[in-house]
This record gives sequence, C-alpha cells and structure tokens, in this order.
Amino acid sequence: MDFGSYAIKGGPKYYAWLGFLLFFILVGSYTAYRQLTEGLILVGATDQIPMELFFANFIFTAHVAAAAILVVAPGYFYHRKDMKELAVIGEIIAMCFVATGITFVLFHMGRPDRLWHMLPGVGYPNFPNSMLVYDTIVLNVYLYLNLAGISYILYKKYVGEFDTKAMARWFTPVIYLAIIWGPLIHICTAFVLSSNARMGEWATAVLPFGFLAMAGASGPSLVILLFLLIRKNTKLEISDSVINLMTTIIGWSLGIILLVLAAEYFTALYSNTEHAASLNYSMFGHNGLNLYAPWFWGTVGSIVGCFVAILIPKVRKSYDRWLPVVCVVVFMTILVEKPMMLVFPAFSPSPLGEYTEYHPTLIEYFNVLFTWAIGLISLTLLVKGAVGILTGEVRYHKPITST
Amino acid sequence: MSEVINTRTDDVKESRRDFLKNIGIAGAAALVASPVSVEASVGPANPDAEITVAESLQGHFVLMSDKEKEKAIERLEKRYTAKYGKKTTVSDVPAPEGVLFGYALNISKCIGCRRCVHACVQENNQSRNNPEIQWIQVMKIPKGNFSFSADKLNKGYPESSKLGDYGVQVGGNAYTPVGGLSTEETQNYYAADEMVPDKDYFYVPVQCQQCEKPPCVKACPVKATFRDPNGVVVIDYNWCIGCRMCQLACPYGARRFNWGEPNLPPAEMNPKTHYFGNRPRMRGVMEKCTFCLQRTREGRNPACLEACPVGARKFGNLLDPESDVRKILATKKVFRFKEEMSTYPKFFYFVG
Repeated sequence: MDFGSYAIKGGPKYYAWLGFLLFFILVGSYTAYRQLTEGLILVGATDQIPMELFFANFIFTAHVAAAAILVVAPGYFYHRKDMKELAVIGEIIAMCFVATGITFVLFHMGRPDRLWHMLPGVGYPNFPNSMLVYDTIVLNVYLYLNLAGISYILYKKYVGEFDTKAMARWFTPVIYLAIIWGPLIHICTAFVLSSNARMGEWATAVLPFGFLAMAGASGPSLVILLFLLIRKNTKLEISDSVINLMTTIIGWSLGIILLVLAAEYFTALYSNTEHAASLNYSMFGHNGLNLYAPWFWGTVGSIVGCFVAILIPKVRKSYDRWLPVVCVVVFMTILVEKPMMLVFPAFSPSPLGEYTEYHPTLIEYFNVLFTWAIGLISLTLLVKGAVGILTGEVRYHKPITST
Repeated sequence: MSEVINTRTDDVKESRRDFLKNIGIAGAAALVASPVSVEASVGPANPDAEITVAESLQGHFVLMSDKEKEKAIERLEKRYTAKYGKKTTVSDVPAPEGVLFGYALNISKCIGCRRCVHACVQENNQSRNNPEIQWIQVMKIPKGNFSFSADKLNKGYPESSKLGDYGVQVGGNAYTPVGGLSTEETQNYYAADEMVPDKDYFYVPVQCQQCEKPPCVKACPVKATFRDPNGVVVIDYNWCIGCRMCQLACPYGARRFNWGEPNLPPAEMNPKTHYFGNRPRMRGVMEKCTFCLQRTREGRNPACLEACPVGARKFGNLLDPESDVRKILATKKVFRFKEEMSTYPKFFYFVG
C-alpha cells in the first residue's frame, strides 16, 4: 500500500471529518474568488481597524507552528527515546500550520498579485528595515526546513533505509536548525507587531514572551489531542510519558501566560495613564461600546481555570475525559483571544481618539474557514500517511519483474 | 476474489484521488489566480481601460530608466483617458532642487468648516462614493473648561483608605478631565449641517505630517512608500502590495487604504495628475496627502490652503528664510503633533 491510499483510507468517522473539511473548501473556493476579484472591501476591515480575522488567525497558526518543535526537541536535544520516533509528526504539524499561516497572510494582502515585489532581484525588499520582510523569510525557510525533514525521514523509512547513524552526520543538524527556527518565527511575528510605537497594546517588550507562552500552551494542546486520537485509532505506540510531558509543558506555559498578563496589566493600570486607554477599553468598554469586555474577562477566566485544572493530577491522568476537554478549551481560548483581545481592541483609541468595534463579514468567516480547512486536511492526510509509515504498514515493495 | 476487490478499491481510489487533486488545484488556483479587475466606474466600457500585463509587471518607478518611465507614463495616460473619457495627463515633473516643503496651520483661526477636506477630495481623485475617502480629518476638541467644585475637595483620589489614613490626603477630586490638545475627548465626525465654529470647541485638522523620520517608510516591505527629495512622503501606487504595515505604523492615522475598487465618477475626475500625486488609484493600494505635489512641484499652493476661508493654512519652502512657514516658525508659538513619537513632522501647528 502506498502513502496516498493509506492516507485516504479510514473508518466512517474519518470520512465524515474529511467530508466536513471538504465542504468548507468548496464553499470557501467561491468566497476566496470573490475576495480576490473584488478586494478587501468584502471583509470587515476599515482604516480604523485595518487588521482582519486573517491576521489574527495568522498569529495563532504561528503559535502552533512554533510550538510543534516541542515534539521534536525532547527526542533530539534530550535523547528521550519515547519521543524520537514521533518527531516527524511534530514537523508535519509545524509545516501544515506555517503553510496555513502563509495562506492567511495571502488573504490579508491588498494586492497578492504583486507579492513578487518582495523578491530580491526582481523586486525591491526593504531589508534590513521592514519587519514583514524578516517574517516572510523566516516563515518560508521554516516551511522548507520542515518539508525537507519530513520528506527525508518518511522516504527513508518508506524504502527501509532509515539509518540513524548515517543521518546524524548531515541531517540531524537540519533538525536542530528547525528546532531553533520554531521560536524564531514567533519572535519575528511578535516583532512585526511590537515595532509599531503607535499601537499602545502591542509596543511592549513582553510581547515575544507572551507569544511564546501562548505557543507553549496551544501547540501541545493540539499535539495531545492528535496523539490521543492516534493512540485510539492506529497501531502506533505513544507512551503515557509523552502525553505527560506535553501536559507539563502546557501547565508551565499557562503559568507564564498568567505572569505575562499580570505584568502587563499591573504596569498599565497602576498609574492608569493614557497608555492604558486601550486596555481600559478592552476590560470595560468605552461610552457604551463594550463588545470586547466579556471576551476579555472570559478569556482571562478561562486561562486561570485551565491552569488550575491542569495542576490537578486527576485531570492530567484522565486521558479519556478531562485532559482532552482542557486541551480543547485551551486551544479555543487562545484561538479566540487573538482577535478579541490582542488584535481588535488594540486599535482603539485610534491615533485621533476614535473608538471602534470590528464586525467580520460572512465572506471573511468563510475565507477563514476555507484556510483552516485546507490546513487541517493537509495535516490529517499527512499525519495519517506518516503513521502508516511509522507503523510499517506503508512500505515500498519492489515491483516483481517478469523474467 | 481479492483481485476483484482490489480492482474496485483501485477504481474508487483513483476517482477519490482525482477528486481531491481537483479540489486542491481549484483551491490553489483560487488563491494564486491573478485578480480580474472589476470596472466599477461609469466610464465607457473600453478595452484600453483595463490594466495591461506590461503595467502589472512594471518595476519600482524610481529605479526605472528614463525610457521605462516614459513608457509607464504613456500606459497610464492611455488607460486613464480610456477609463474616464477625458484627456488625462500624468505628469512626471521631478522634485525641484533646494526645496524642503513645510506646512503651518493656525489652530486659533481654524473654524472647522472642512472646506479643506472637500477641496482635497476634489483635487486628488479619491474614491467619491461608497466610500468617499478623505485625506484630511478635522478633530473637534472641547476647550479647556476646567470646573473646580468645592464639594469634591475632600473626596480624594485615590479614595480614603479603610485602614485609616489619619486625614492625610494623597490626591484630589476637584477636576473634570476636559480640554487641551489631547485626543481623549475629541470628536472627528460632527454633523454636516452643524454651525461652525462652536464656541465651546476648537478645531485641529490632521493630514499626513510628512515626517522626516517616517515610521511608515521604515515599515514598508517593498519600499513603495518613501521620502522624495522635497521631504514629501510619496507612494508608488503601482508598487504597493497592500499589506498595510504603513497604516499600522502611522501615529497620526493619516494613511487611507483602497479596500475595494475606487468609485470615481468621470465627471468629478481631475485630469491633470502626477505619477506620485493625484492620479487615480486602484483597488488594494494605500494613499494619503502628498502636499498636492502635482501643484507644489510647479510652484502653486496645495488645494487645502487655497480653500481655507480664514487663511489658517500656510505653506512654503523651509529652506527659504523669507517663506511664510519659516517666518511663522521664527515668530509664532509653534508645536508638532505627538512630538513624543519622534517622527519630526514638517507639518507645524501654531497659535497666533
């Protein structure tokens, strides 16, 4: 059986999942076409809030892509044997999420047909000043690093030539580079935001730390859910120690997130100057515009709740019930926090004192779902195929030549 | 038996694979396909009005050779003439030597009539309806009307401590925060039929400040926006990729984005344009005040200055000590907006 056919094969729940994603890809093809031809006027962005759901979701996918290396690093840096084999799944998550992030950026651009203007040689990139140029470079390099890593590992295992000693000579450094590159893409993304002095909420030194902590919480949540699914439905062995390591990372990350938030809120609210205007808007609204206040308190409450929950041993050990629930809540909380806490309220007050609320359009929602569906279907098919290779069910069989 | 099953599975596999492949291609095509330009203006439906491949592939204007610049200008003139049904000229007049443009605005004279806003729109070919893009915004700010009340004197801020503060007050509550050049209480969109000036308010128009250290220029990933030799921050509309990093960076909210295809009726189009100035823009690119460089590079004044009925606006060459702006800088109480941003604007406000 080859990679492709193994990837598509599955039970009824698997087909239902693929069908669900295909639905959004179909509908989204139409809404994407509409946006490409008519422009960003079809989404809810304005001159007051120029960043849309695409940008907020891009930051979230950068979280998960950066954190996927937490599956790779224990096997390679710390020589944990239980995780060495699973490294390729971490790389697949990283690659799919960074590709999804790049797709979100494509939807964000006003003129995607002019992106060649950023290429050195034919275009005129603003190096070394523009943070977007750095971000573009590091995201693309990360994509190709992981693509190279996955292709090599899976191909070698597929043909049965996987030899760790031969690999160590030149390939392991590539993996090491990918591990270091993961946090780097996230620091670059944080710098794209914090380089803007006029954005009071974003021009903070704590932003890269907040981002990396959020990555450490949301990435392993997805990894745990994926690994629990793999344990239940395939023959791949994933030991409890792997899940426990991921849970530990989530716990620490949630704690650091709370510290980062506490530091930001204390610094802004103790003196309560005009610097804190945006935070006050987020927490309490302004002059009746209080769309973001319930999201603020809900998000912070949810993070505190998940942090407390994950400290409880009964929750950590409950692989069938409480741990997946906490992982889903952490993932969705951080996903929703990006537009409703980090991005949209940060634009109020505007440089001239305007307070606005962001209202996404239907086309925007479907384009977001389209991009997520493409990313998730790639993730599903690649992980399924990779599991086939790792368990040995997908192997290259030399064609029998007739004499 | 097994062969039969395998063949069936193979057939199903093939069709499923093809289906997925086609979905993938459709998805990729949807993402990568060159956008079809949607003609939103009411001009004659003319094939010459479409953007040509040559125009889509042109490079950065500043880096073009003279011949390439000529061709680019020719293409644009042809396209605009066809689209708007008027003989359009796209000027390429370079920045005059030895000139640094500066602007001074007298906020004690401004009455908030907004004729500058509308004159700018008439001159510079912005989208006219759905939406109307305005490069100038006028802030209506309450005058300093500090009310001090005796009954609030002992209230204290912060409030008295329950643990006991032995009557030692650490703050006061006799204020009403209002007035002063802060954006906190400003209103920007007052009603069109309102009588101006309202005696309890003063008015401060804001447009691109043409900073000497522009954060927008630093942020642009393709150098589509840059400082011209006269200090005006310009945009090459054919080079801008629409990423809006500049809009994120601007501390004055001066930049406007064409979210959709601009709606510019041919009757209202100004056919005397400049490549970096008021030529009609397209969907997905940034635009902003350029100090009317199609006028000022030829020695005229910006449209907003000419429209102001009370003479609150002054313009000139900062390198010429006899210019209006230099004289104002020398004699009036001048300040810059949001000076703490260290952008060093060439747009000065003064009272006098």
